[in-house]
Amino acid sequence: MQLENLYDDFRDADTIKAYAKIIANDAKKLKKPINIMEVCGGHTHTIMKFGLPQLLPKNINFIHGPGCPVCIMPKERIDHAYILSMQSDVILVTLGDMIKVPGSHGSLQDARSKGADVRFVYSPLDSIQIAKENPDKKIIFFAIGFETTTPMTAVLVEQVIKLKIPNIVFHINHVTVPEVMVELIDSRDVHVDAYNNQIDAFLGPSHVSVISGSKIYDKFPKEYNRPVVVTGFEPVDVMHGISMILKQFIENRCELEIEYKRVVTYNGNLKAQALIEKYFQKVSLFKWRGLGNVPDSGLRLREEFANLDAEVVYKDILPIAEIEDHKLCICGDILRGMAKPHECTIFGTACKPTTPIGSCMVSSEGACAAYYKYGNLL
Amino acid sequence: MTKTITLAHGNGGQENRELIEKIFYKNFKNDILEKGEDAAVIENGRLAFTTDSFTVSPLFFNGGDIGKLAICGTCNDLAMMGARPKYISCSVIIEEGFSTRELEKIVRSMKNELEINSAIVVSGDTKVVPKGAVDKIFINTTGIGEIEYQGISASNLREGMSILVNRDIGCHGATIFMAREGLELHSDLQTDCTSLYPQVKALIDANIPIVALRDATRGGVSAVLNEWAVSSGVCVEVQEESIPIREQVKGVCEMLGFEALDLANEGSFILAVAKKDEAKALEVLQQTDTSSAIIATVTMQYTSKVILNSSWGTKRFLDLPSGELLPRIC
Repeated sequence: MQLENLYDDFRDADTIKAYAKIIANDAKKLKKPINIMEVCGGHTHTIMKFGLPQLLPKNINFIHGPGCPVCIMPKERIDHAYILSMQSDVILVTLGDMIKVPGSHGSLQDARSKGADVRFVYSPLDSIQIAKENPDKKIIFFAIGFETTTPMTAVLVEQVIKLKIPNIVFHINHVTVPEVMVELIDSRDVHVDAYNNQIDAFLGPSHVSVISGSKIYDKFPKEYNRPVVVTGFEPVDVMHGISMILKQFIENRCELEIEYKRVVTYNGNLKAQALIEKYFQKVSLFKWRGLGNVPDSGLRLREEFANLDAEVVYKDILPIAEIEDHKLCICGDILRGMAKPHECTIFGTACKPTTPIGSCMVSSEGACAAYYKYGNLL
Repeated sequence: MTKTITLAHGNGGQENRELIEKIFYKNFKNDILEKGEDAAVIENGRLAFTTDSFTVSPLFFNGGDIGKLAICGTCNDLAMMGARPKYISCSVIIEEGFSTRELEKIVRSMKNELEINSAIVVSGDTKVVPKGAVDKIFINTTGIGEIEYQGISASNLREGMSILVNRDIGCHGATIFMAREGLELHSDLQTDCTSLYPQVKALIDANIPIVALRDATRGGVSAVLNEWAVSSGVCVEVQEESIPIREQVKGVCEMLGFEALDLANEGSFILAVAKKDEAKALEVLQQTDTSSAIIATVTMQYTSKVILNSSWGTKRFLDLPSGELLPRIC
């Protein structure tokens, strides 16, 4: 198959316009406006990049969720990466735009400009080559990402053990989607009803679901009365997904459906799931930038692999104190769907993609960054 | 500004501009410099003068090398001011231990490119520094050109004008990225690195009134269009589907989360002409590369901004690229 087959048809102008028409017609039948949360940062990016809100009627609204692994990384964890990278015998390896995110000392990019050896790889397995080329250095793989990237880290752990590579350890920051969705639905201010979350339905993440299967969202229609449509990343996919959600509301259904059928199944990639299970266990609390501690939402290496766990190996130099988010930042409210980026007083002024303060501005997949880059025409 | 210089300050985008304005322009302030054109116009509009340093890694890549780049880059900056490249200086800083054979390969490819431009190297300098002080070899070239077509400027754009690109974009950036980051991606993609003077000469010879001209190097087409929009106080409206991008470049962008419009080029330029001249200009460009196209019009919808119109009727701003180009995570 040619690469362009993966996107050309899914960006076809006539198809997108046809869906816009169907959605506009169906939306007239809605009894009240609906708020759809796209959980995944990739969806936020697609929605803003392709200008999809401009094609939708006013009674369909997006709430941009916390599904960007870079954005949600709290300062505490970035400080860990920074401190580790500044060790003279360490090469810190991580994925792509992680190196831009500022912690309280600065970003990994800043560490690099001060002499730290920070590298980014596209595949975690490239760390093995770096380890072989630098036998006198300790390679620390700073692992980030949702269910999508966790198996890649698991494969690296497996290879490090199998090939007996002595100089790679792991700092694990993998997080999981369903737990944070529950947190968002449950979150409310006990004193005021107006502060309850506004989410009516979810566009389910695409690539997370390839790994974990759509089964992980079973409980949302059943127990929380929120429809979920697992949707692909291309504009035709997103329009199709929205139209499927609308149909559920009109027909009084509340179900889990898959729009992204070309790669997502109900059960997902069982082999990858087994690998994750073998090497990782849940941590009881993981702090999300902007949202605070979310129960059961993070992963760590299992106890028997403690010798590979940088948080164990380097525990003497890694701080554990909590750091507060910036006082004026309203990322938490944005992630809960209670506010839009431009309602924030520091949006576009103190907080910009070049000098991000809040979580939603730090990566191109964050809601604020997407609004800043594409969104001011709305 | 940040306390230390980071790689983002060399990206040709926002941080780069901030660095230049807050440190260099502030101290070197003069009328000629502040025009911020590809090359300075001196001696009452007779001569164009420019300089550029080349630090590319890897030194040899698909379709070119640092030597070809060093001549093309400087000669193209002159050509973009309507000037014929004439005199070039060449300074090299070499890391000890560098192979003599590779050095000669680089210098030979400089010679080839000089011939295409009918320019000559008339002065130079060589420094050898201890291992680790530079990465293999850095080259600086400075050039003087004779202006054959006057009045080209980034601040000349007016409502109704048309904007063209001379070929498909992003090949250089995509080629270098694939070679540099060890991504194990393989394709027949080549840099677009080429000397642009012949194409500029063809436009001049065809009597096409050139309004603005710029090669889309670091920061890519996005950077050029944004600079023009700001300098001229106009809005540039780009038709997204009319931008020529070849499949391999699209593929790299899709996989890594880049925009082809942000990728560097070394042989692609953007041309602004009056609406009435667009067909003829396109005809001339097509003689060199059939992928050349009309990509945008100048309007006054949002002044100092670039808008990207999709084929399904939505629009968004096309911003200056910012930060270091980094692949997305998932």
